[in-house]
Amino acid sequence: MTAVAARPEAEIGKARTRKEDQHLITGRTTWTDNMVLPGMVHLAILRSPMAHATITSIDASGALSRPGVIAAYTGADFAETQGNVPCAWPVTPDMVNPGAPSLAVTQVNCVGEAVAVVAARTKVEAQDALEAIDVEYEPLPPVLDLEAALVEGSTLVHPNTTSNKSYTWTFDSGVAGTGAPIDDALAAAEITVKRRFLQQRLIPSFMEPRSTVVQPIGDGVTIWSATQIPHILRTMLALTLGIPEQKVRAIAPDVGGGFGGKIVVSPEEIITTLVARRLGKPAKYTESRSESLMAAHHGRAQIQDVTITAKRDGTVTGLDVHLLADMGAYLRLVGPGVPILGAFMYPAIYKIPAYRFVCDGIFTTKAPTDAYRGAGRPEATFAIERIMDELAHELDMDPMELRRKNWIKHEEFPFTTVCGLTYDTGNYEAATEKALALMGWDELRTEQAQRRASGDPVQLGLGISTFTEMCGLAPSRVLGSLDYGAGGWEHASVRVLATGKVEVVTGISPHGQGHETGFSQIVADKLGVPFEDVEIIHGDTQSSPKGLDTYGSRSLVVGGIAVVKAADKVIEKARQVAAHVLEVSGDDLEFEAGSFTVKGMPAGAAGSTMSLGEIAFATFAAHNLPDGMEPSLDSDATFDPENFSFPHGTHLCAVDVDTETGRVTIRKYVCVDDVGTAINPLLIEGQVHGGLAQGIAQALFEEAVYDDAGNLTTGTFVDYTPPSAPDLPSFITDRTVTPATSNPLGVKGVGEAGTIASTPAVVNAVVDALRPFGVDDVQMPMTPERVWRAVKGSDRARAEGGTNAYGGASTSTSDGSVDPS
Amino acid sequence: MIPAAFDYVRPGSIDEAVSAIAAAGEDGKVLAGGQSLIPVLRLRLAYPSTLVDVGRIPELRGVRDDDGAIVIGAMTTHHDVMHDALVRQHAPLIVQATATVADPQVRHRGTFGGALAHADPAGDLGAVALALGCEFVCVGPGGERRVAASDFFLDYLTTALSPDELLTAIRVPKLGPGWASHYEKFNRVAQAWSIVGVAVAVRQDGGTIADARVGLTNMGSTPLRATATEQALSGASATADGIASAVAHAAEGTHAPSDLSGQADYREHLVRVLTGRAVLAACAAGPGA
Amino acid sequence: MTKISITVDDVNYSDEVEPRTLLVHYLREQLGKVGTVVGCDTSNCGACTVELDGQSVKSCTVLAVQADGGTVTTIEGLAVNGELAPMQQAFHDKHALQCGYCTPGMIMASRDLLKNNPHPSEAEIREGIEGNLCRCTGYQNIVRAVQAVAGATS
Repeated sequence: MTAVAARPEAEIGKARTRKEDQHLITGRTTWTDNMVLPGMVHLAILRSPMAHATITSIDASGALSRPGVIAAYTGADFAETQGNVPCAWPVTPDMVNPGAPSLAVTQVNCVGEAVAVVAARTKVEAQDALEAIDVEYEPLPPVLDLEAALVEGSTLVHPNTTSNKSYTWTFDSGVAGTGAPIDDALAAAEITVKRRFLQQRLIPSFMEPRSTVVQPIGDGVTIWSATQIPHILRTMLALTLGIPEQKVRAIAPDVGGGFGGKIVVSPEEIITTLVARRLGKPAKYTESRSESLMAAHHGRAQIQDVTITAKRDGTVTGLDVHLLADMGAYLRLVGPGVPILGAFMYPAIYKIPAYRFVCDGIFTTKAPTDAYRGAGRPEATFAIERIMDELAHELDMDPMELRRKNWIKHEEFPFTTVCGLTYDTGNYEAATEKALALMGWDELRTEQAQRRASGDPVQLGLGISTFTEMCGLAPSRVLGSLDYGAGGWEHASVRVLATGKVEVVTGISPHGQGHETGFSQIVADKLGVPFEDVEIIHGDTQSSPKGLDTYGSRSLVVGGIAVVKAADKVIEKARQVAAHVLEVSGDDLEFEAGSFTVKGMPAGAAGSTMSLGEIAFATFAAHNLPDGMEPSLDSDATFDPENFSFPHGTHLCAVDVDTETGRVTIRKYVCVDDVGTAINPLLIEGQVHGGLAQGIAQALFEEAVYDDAGNLTTGTFVDYTPPSAPDLPSFITDRTVTPATSNPLGVKGVGEAGTIASTPAVVNAVVDALRPFGVDDVQMPMTPERVWRAVKGSDRARAEGGTNAYGGASTSTSDGSVDPS
Repeated sequence: MIPAAFDYVRPGSIDEAVSAIAAAGEDGKVLAGGQSLIPVLRLRLAYPSTLVDVGRIPELRGVRDDDGAIVIGAMTTHHDVMHDALVRQHAPLIVQATATVADPQVRHRGTFGGALAHADPAGDLGAVALALGCEFVCVGPGGERRVAASDFFLDYLTTALSPDELLTAIRVPKLGPGWASHYEKFNRVAQAWSIVGVAVAVRQDGGTIADARVGLTNMGSTPLRATATEQALSGASATADGIASAVAHAAEGTHAPSDLSGQADYREHLVRVLTGRAVLAACAAGPGA
Repeated sequence: MTKISITVDDVNYSDEVEPRTLLVHYLREQLGKVGTVVGCDTSNCGACTVELDGQSVKSCTVLAVQADGGTVTTIEGLAVNGELAPMQQAFHDKHALQCGYCTPGMIMASRDLLKNNPHPSEAEIREGIEGNLCRCTGYQNIVRAVQAVAGATS
């Protein structure tokens, strides 16, 4: 070689466009529903129209005479084999799990529960045949209101239980030894503010409806599914149906979004497997949107009673939280644990000396709840950020000043919170200063004062959310201490092919995040190979045999670190080969930009440099390797994080509130997020945008509403209203970078941050606009009607009470009629 | 989801269509653009035995000038209505309201006549037809008749069209000089149906409102006229204060529904606010708007 | 069954279909054009958007028999000889997709928008794609992609 190769540009930090896009923008996709196999039957599922009823008779035989029908089954046909839809998180030793059949056998406990399934030659024939199935139901009273459900003598959702309470989970800093007893703080409080917040039910609303194809092969199965969790699906399907795990292959092909909504093992996956195995034929089930909204799990659905205590100077002294968490009719995979994931985040960025958290998990006759983007942490962030504003109002203090007074200063990190979590790094001051400047906060405050003074019918409101969250699920021993049924590690393999190209196998399972691009950047930098030379393999338990999949903003901070660690091992193996060939000690070699060079020699000097590609081929040929060395550079790593990841940031929202109509319009939204070192700013920005949209949608647009008979009245996108483009503003996003010290890349999770942070910023802004009207809360979603009623004042109770604003039915998490105090 | 099975016929003329409708009987259904009907069929909320597709009848499409009126073929798509020179010139209120109907894809398929014959009270065009005093041209075995807009909408999803009739065209009177108009729509999200909509046409004489017509969307089981407000507007000065007492009557005689989007008392409040805004916007826009 | 003739992405097809067959199901199941997808039952999500006779339509709300004699362009027909259409390229360049499920419909709707209004404002772009839902992107980068194409053709 005559020229010294220029050091390749660093990949980490580069705004790379995505490797994933090509097939998605040209329609050459592999969605599960695209798949057709020879002999495949198509399934249609008959679902309960009743919220709560005994099945007095069911007869599917009429379907058999319909054209194209191959088979029709009811719960009785699988009662002995179907087991229970799995729940992996018994949050307390005495948690009550009444069991969850995939096909109801004797009783239905929510609208949309599967009661029968038809297999036919075509999907349309299967759907037509559903009409020939006779079911008779004996109605039972629905159980809709969380507080009423707990009253002694109330109707039981499940006959095999003695109460609608599944569990009570408690954390008390006085007991845990991580802080002072809450009772002392309550007794000594100079100021006490108590509020009830309602986290309405939301529906994840991934754009790709769930779909499953199962092919029986010998005594095993291959299952393709629109899932976030192919690895967990494999294990759970094996455990649930008694199929040996090694006989189950689970594949997540292109998956069209998840947001937590595809984190469970679903009844439909189990039903499809049961039918395919019973018939010995491949079977496909794809849900319609109406089925998805009704029968896939929902999220949030909590009543939050929050008490904060403080000194008159604004120093927060205690926080007491009591949740009623709606489990819906059944416990899904991690449903009981979702509110518990929030338990540690109520103290958020603040130095709070005393903290108590109590959560009751409660059964109702509604769709089961489980993870939805943020899972517990949006609820926590909402509660603390809302009540900080309420406290500031009580103290007549600027809400940002109150936050500044109480938050952890950047020089105080690492900081162990009242929950016992140690936040590694953070700089709340820096993010806040940047956000305030981008917002033009002071100018907006001036304008607000002017518009208040002039009595402008359109009032301006400014809202703050200074948030942190815990993600990167998760240190396995922490999960163990929380009684979760599995660990939180992640696995990766890095394989160097003979030609120097690199294959990376990961156990995370993308569904839109851009992992192929981000991981390729990491590996390109680590190994000094071109970005294009790295291939990421995922989502098939046969090619990616080990992993714990994608949720909880874990893919980069756990899965990515596993990749780094595997790549490090590759480098060490390559070092041995290079040392052997170059006849030097490994310690005398430097690895830089994809080549080993003898220390002190110029890069590329003849006889003293060996590139990874050369080493790869030498290893492949295996003619001249160190004695005893296996002819392979390939390496595995399984990474179990020591700590969670704690991204943070400051979100600011300005709203125009039309006090005549109640319409809220977001005028400006600024967020400055600190997600540590950026691997790819483009992907980060995309995650933030989408997260913001979902968090804002909770504040303004979305709610799953049940009527007083337990019917889902928001059963299509006509009534369940995710925002489209005109409903959202352009966001102003920026970042500060405070690298995490808990991982070698300095990265923090980003997948959920936007959703977690944004909801309270919007609500705080609306409440801020309406303070002069005496308003101190508007229930979400803040529909024009609710805002109008809040402004009107005399109707405040109706605006805040349950979903009275929706036609008077008591349909929400609670009807709000019970005073929390 | 997939609709239940039905028979399908596609007549090529109005006469053939009338015969096909008769042949289909009471379980038959006319398929216009299908943008309301097909979702209903997919959800299996309706089970027609036969669909009579009137989408390929040339006489039903397009807009023509007929002296004092323009005549909009029932099967003219929303998109074509919005971009039609005659409509833009003589009935800008229709252009403005149609632009708020659903989304571009739906407006490419959905038709002016189909939307009106569907008679969903949350649909935006009924109020416009009332405000403009449109006439509905209905053709049946007995020939053609014209029905005034005020007589066309009978109840929720129910019109004066008899089961054997086809809506072939809508006659829109030209408002003439001095008239201005505005459609004010209020919905929760861009995709949602109107919670309330207000269609206003006003004729000003100097700074005074000489004549006003106000149609209301989703304030009852049919589109409605706000007649008390119309009368009170006559002679009012075209200012917020000048019209305040008139728009206070906007909810009189309405029967607003209570549903997911709002309770009746909210709609009654909203219709007063929006009527005021619509009247002022029309006045401000001036003739031709 | 009803006989239909239809041109899809420059190929002529003649098939027997049930009248109730939706255009999107005809495309996916009879022609194997699985690039066009179904996201809802109610014509809200727009994921199924294709071009029929030069106009964007929701193929879940058109019967295949209604498209008889028509010309359909799907997402699969946009790239010519492997060269992406400008809107496809812009979606890639601006990171206007994440999971990609809404993308075929979003690209088809965005093309149609510019056909009717070559130089839209941001608000006009947002309104022009109001019939399409995306759950991943918050729409901001989709707007940027459309702006990029509009700017490039101005």
